Amino acid sequence: MRTYALRRIAQSIPILFIISVMLFFMVRSAPGGPLTAARRNPNISKEQIQALEEKLGLNDPLPVQYGRWLHDMLSGNLGDSIKFHRPVNEMIAERIPNTLLLVGISFLVTLIAAIPIGVWSARKPYSKFDYSMTTVTFIGQSIPVYWLGLGLIIIFYVTIKNPVTGNPFFPVGGMNTQGRSGDVLDLLWHLALPVTALSLGWIAWYSRFLRSSMLDVLHEDYVRTARAKGAADNVVYYKHALRNAILPLVTLIALDLPSLFAGALFVETIFSWPGMGRLFWDAAKGRDYPVLLGVVMITAVLIIVCNILADLAYGWLNPQVKYD
Amino acid sequence: MIEREQSMGWLITRRFFKHKLAGIAIGVLAILVFASALAFVAPYSPTDQEPTNSFQKPGIQHWFGTDELGRDIFTRILYGSRVSLTVGLLSTFLSIAVGVIVGALSGYFGGWIDTILMRITDAFLTLPTIFVLILLAGFLREQQVPWLQNSVLVVIIIIAALSWMWPARLVRGLFLVLREREFITATRALGGSHLRIIVQHILPNCIGPILVSGTLQMASAIITESGLSYLGFGVQPPTPTWGSILSTAQNQVFRAPWIAFYPGLMIFITVMAINYIGDGLRDAFDPYVIHAD
Repeated sequence: MRTYALRRIAQSIPILFIISVMLFFMVRSAPGGPLTAARRNPNISKEQIQALEEKLGLNDPLPVQYGRWLHDMLSGNLGDSIKFHRPVNEMIAERIPNTLLLVGISFLVTLIAAIPIGVWSARKPYSKFDYSMTTVTFIGQSIPVYWLGLGLIIIFYVTIKNPVTGNPFFPVGGMNTQGRSGDVLDLLWHLALPVTALSLGWIAWYSRFLRSSMLDVLHEDYVRTARAKGAADNVVYYKHALRNAILPLVTLIALDLPSLFAGALFVETIFSWPGMGRLFWDAAKGRDYPVLLGVVMITAVLIIVCNILADLAYGWLNPQVKYD
Repeated sequence: MIEREQSMGWLITRRFFKHKLAGIAIGVLAILVFASALAFVAPYSPTDQEPTNSFQKPGIQHWFGTDELGRDIFTRILYGSRVSLTVGLLSTFLSIAVGVIVGALSGYFGGWIDTILMRITDAFLTLPTIFVLILLAGFLREQQVPWLQNSVLVVIIIIAALSWMWPARLVRGLFLVLREREFITATRALGGSHLRIIVQHILPNCIGPILVSGTLQMASAIITESGLSYLGFGVQPPTPTWGSILSTAQNQVFRAPWIAFYPGLMIFITVMAINYIGDGLRDAFDPYVIHAD
């Protein structure tokens, strides 16, 4: 197990290397390079720019520059934001917990909804419930998350108001009402609409997957054995069958991580949720390259780590898998 | 009595239309393609502004109403469907072309070719797609290359650049199974070249799964294009797209909430139709799907 984990980590190094080279050359070949803003500034003379180039090492050969950039990255220095003059590390560290909170809660809601839907559809395949769920999941998979978010805002913020106070039912911006930071109930109230927007598509996708995975498992002999022993239906489905049916889901979720982050970016943008997606969107509008690169690099590492964890979890959940 | 022999294509078509919703979906898409081709018939311009006519509610004059600049939303949506369908189709085509080449080389030759290509594929799969899309869109448009000033083309390229990995993995898997089959050994014994074996003997057996995954990709390409345009990093104004109509609608949710409804509905209907076509194709090809086991 430990050797397997180490080997996976070793395997991910070339992947990270490829990603870092791609990103580095993209930034370096951007017109004007990192000093574009300085060049446009009339208060900075040509000599000063040359001095800056010398100081930042922009005249060195590209591989040398790459080496220095990589060294900075590895020592945890992602540079400073051009717009805010703050270390990128700090800015990202502030935002990661908010994104993880949003994605985490949405994922929890997704599992709570998708598991019973998937199991029930597989329990009575081609029943009325199964057919209606098929339609609902097709709808859920086809609704773009940004349209759903906008629709929720229009319905629950613009149109329907609390008849007593005349205020909207749900807030649509930020994480807290002013002066109520740290209040968990207030936070959950702010989470309601973003989480709904984010999890609906996921519920559709994962319940569908779980249905077919359950159908595969239900044909197995051990399920029949459990039934023959006289185990209650719920025990057969949730204890015996689900345990195996859920295994491929672990791998699927790991593969889906990039698109889960994409959903989060849209929701954070629409609901002004102060997460990494929102940070990235703001930085992209201002072409704040250090922030953009920092976010891409950190999420890439996050995705790779989660992939390794998923592989290890798969082995832990399924003792048949042998690592060598 | 001799039964009339049925061609494979005819069999698959018949099976496809047995899936009623897939048949309806084909009809819906056909109407959409037809309408977008005939968009010039519309009495309004998709881009000319007429500020005195802004925020008209949907009615007989303006079926979907007008936006803040007095432009007819129905007309803009018709023109927008051209962009969405073009991007969806071409980016899928490009991504499958790249994916098939990578997957075929990797699966057929194996060894170090496979190792290198699959490492690169894995690297692309771990990229946080949406972030890189936005980064690439801005980056490519900043280049002083004339043909990159066309934002539709940029969107097609970047979507394909970040989605070829799925067909590549699919095709590689199919090739790994198929290259061990007897008919390939026979072709090899007869002296068939690698190119001939790949293109004429293995690839035709992969058409079904490739088509099915192509529909999934096209659906997601349309959602991605609209999303990028919605965020302001996709197709640039004044070209109307469903995503950019949606993003102007977002600023007007208090004055004219109905605007947000139509472009999203169009994305939804199109994506749903494509998904159902994919479902129909899966059913139609099912007996021929090669299961990797």
